[in-house]
Amino acid sequence: MRANHTLEIGTGLFVLLGFAALLFLTTQLPASGLRFGSAKSGYHVTAEFDDIGDLKVGSSVTMAGVRIGDVSAIRFDSKVYKAVVAMRINPQFNQIPQDSYASIQTQGLLGGKYVGISPGGADEYLKDGSNIDQTQSAIVLESVVNKFFASYATSKGSDNSQNSGTQTQSKVPATQGKGADTHGKAEPQK
Amino acid sequence: MSHAGGNGFLLEGVRRLGSGAIFFIQLLVACVPACGRPRLLAHQIYNAGARSLIIIMLAGLFVGMVLGLQGFDLLQRFGSEESLGIAAALGLLRELAPVITALLFAGRAGTALTSEIGLMRATDQLTAMEIMAVDPMRYVAAPRFLGGVIAMPLLTAVFSVIGLFGAQLIGVQLMGVDRGVFWSQTQGSVGLRDVTEGMVKSLVFGITCSLIAVHEGYYAAPTAEGVALATTRTVVASSVLTLLLDYVLTAEFL
Repeated sequence: MRANHTLEIGTGLFVLLGFAALLFLTTQLPASGLRFGSAKSGYHVTAEFDDIGDLKVGSSVTMAGVRIGDVSAIRFDSKVYKAVVAMRINPQFNQIPQDSYASIQTQGLLGGKYVGISPGGADEYLKDGSNIDQTQSAIVLESVVNKFFASYATSKGSDNSQNSGTQTQSKVPATQGKGADTHGKAEPQK
Repeated sequence: MSHAGGNGFLLEGVRRLGSGAIFFIQLLVACVPACGRPRLLAHQIYNAGARSLIIIMLAGLFVGMVLGLQGFDLLQRFGSEESLGIAAALGLLRELAPVITALLFAGRAGTALTSEIGLMRATDQLTAMEIMAVDPMRYVAAPRFLGGVIAMPLLTAVFSVIGLFGAQLIGVQLMGVDRGVFWSQTQGSVGLRDVTEGMVKSLVFGITCSLIAVHEGYYAAPTAEGVALATTRTVVASSVLTLLLDYVLTAEFL
């Protein structure tokens, strides 16, 4: 009987462990699954963006490159046609000026998006429920390239007017001056 | 038994395949009454599953850790270390966990099944049962088969979870990928579909490996050499078929 008991307990434990693992895989791993994780502490601020790129819930919120929180929710405001990003900031970072500047940036060249916050100069600090007014949208690489070619084509069109019909044709690489110009346009967004 | 020689090799293979298919159907029929004996079944789940747990967990941990190291090294070159979680989770769930679990299962539990049933055959225990009007298919083969089929998906799930934590251990603790990013990226791109793919694979592998093990044992030549030969064939056939079926199933799922 004794040996039989250990056998039953062993089988029970194994089945239990197996189903626990299965439960973890089905509920905790896919984004659509239920989440049992405890709510993390911190205060929430929101910011409105024109374009968030592929920012996701859980992406980091950083300041000077240091992670200070994460994106807790993303929704679409149908009145102003903007994405409203709710961020959870860790409680120890409670001295972020009210007029700080939030921008969506990319990790590396192809990495995921994150929110970077640059501090402003106000004496008032962000608190739970505040809104960051100044924002900068994600830079979508394709639109930058498009803009570059568009500006290149129009400038070329003004140089020799008979060629204005073909807008996207540019077999010659960009001149140094044009390249620098577009970089100048993109720089404030970064 | 197989004195077919070189030119009879193909015929012998076909014969074995047919014998396996017939055995599979007989086994499925015998599985219905076997379900009415939960204690026998529990014993076999314990033998095939619970006693394989340590080796599965150990293998899962180290496979996960290697995945963490290799994945980090590779992803670092593209500056996207934060995708480590995705790489590890998808690799484990879809491929590594089902396949390695099946290979380990064939080595750990499959050989035990074959030699056990083979020795029963060699020592005339199966014949004795038949004489006592106890169907050895129901009493010996079916519970062992079912035990393996039930144990395999559970072992695979354990392997996946342990492996994922192994990858996290290396990626987050050692290499300094952010823990939140690691998990959020993983949760962002792993779907229920990936979990299903792994589970379907492991179920198929469970059926294949258990069937081969039980079949080889049941029809082993009743000698010491025959049992040894059958055990070897179990491992070889299970491993090869697992890898082959893995390709087919992956192609099916993608």
